[in-house]
Amino acid sequence: MQKPPMTLIVDALQEVLEHHAIAAPGPLGEGTRLFGRDGLLDSMGLVTLVVAVEQAIEDEYGVSVSLADDRALSQRNSPYRTVGSLAEYAARLLDGAAARG
Amino acid sequence: MDSPVTVITGTRTGIGRFLAAHYVSRGHRVVGCSRGDVDWTLEGYTHYTADVADERAAKALFADVRKTCGRVDHLINNAGVASMNHSLLTPLSAVHRMLDTNVVGTFLFCREAAKLMKTAGYGRIVNLVTVAVPLKLEGEAIYVASKAAVLSLTEVLARELAGFGITVNAVGPVPIATDLIRSVPQEKIDRLVSRQAIPRLGTPADVANVIDFYLQRESEFITGQCLFLGGV
Repeated sequence: MQKPPMTLIVDALQEVLEHHAIAAPGPLGEGTRLFGRDGLLDSMGLVTLVVAVEQAIEDEYGVSVSLADDRALSQRNSPYRTVGSLAEYAARLLDGAAARG
Repeated sequence: MDSPVTVITGTRTGIGRFLAAHYVSRGHRVVGCSRGDVDWTLEGYTHYTADVADERAAKALFADVRKTCGRVDHLINNAGVASMNHSLLTPLSAVHRMLDTNVVGTFLFCREAAKLMKTAGYGRIVNLVTVAVPLKLEGEAIYVASKAAVLSLTEVLARELAGFGITVNAVGPVPIATDLIRSVPQEKIDRLVSRQAIPRLGTPADVANVIDFYLQRESEFITGQCLFLGGV
């Protein structure tokens, strides 16, 4: 049974927070703010998380996806706003990869 | 320490092929790629057929390297294409071809290699540029512009990646007798060589010597630099 992107992201975020000695405000989940206003991560932390999630997806699903996105700094559209928005973005990329075969 | 893993682009011929053999002989596990197959093999060398400007191919290559080698210690961005022509006679297709291979390809390989290097907290990236940049060589406008972009990329990436233990440097060869300059008129090469402090053609060994220096563990404090050969 493959872990869903949300679980991979939460696991990776947990590691990044521990590594950077950042205290989580509460249980990590869909609504946890990652980057931007009230986000837990600075730009270096975000880079670390995105790379860790890409590698976790590669290991779990056997496909390479690029979570790079030029809307990173957008308050409204950035896929890096919350755990939920990043999970949704990863799932969309995974669907695209599956459709391509 | 076990064998370092060295990724080299453009290994089918010329400098890339020389570098592949050079680092295999030094005990590295060398991973190379080119758009076509290679007609040679080497123990310790693995070849991938990949266009460096193809994002999916680049990602697939590094995913495979991660699976088989577990890491990347060194990346040498050697793949490059040139076209000798007056700017007014340069077709747009040639412009795209040069920018894709020289700039986009270098960027993609730096990005994907740096992700693996970051995990290990160590890495060395070396990009190949050319003396045609400081010499502002007429007749190679797009090639020179593309390599100037690689030089800027080197300088900025050096700063972005320093915190991850990754150095990024460049080497600028003088003309070397390879496929890249095969179609350049001899008179043009002679004129270019005469502008060097040491007026001779370069050799792949001259290039390897500079790269050896950048790859040394002791070179951890050297980043964002470009060393031009021949005293240019």
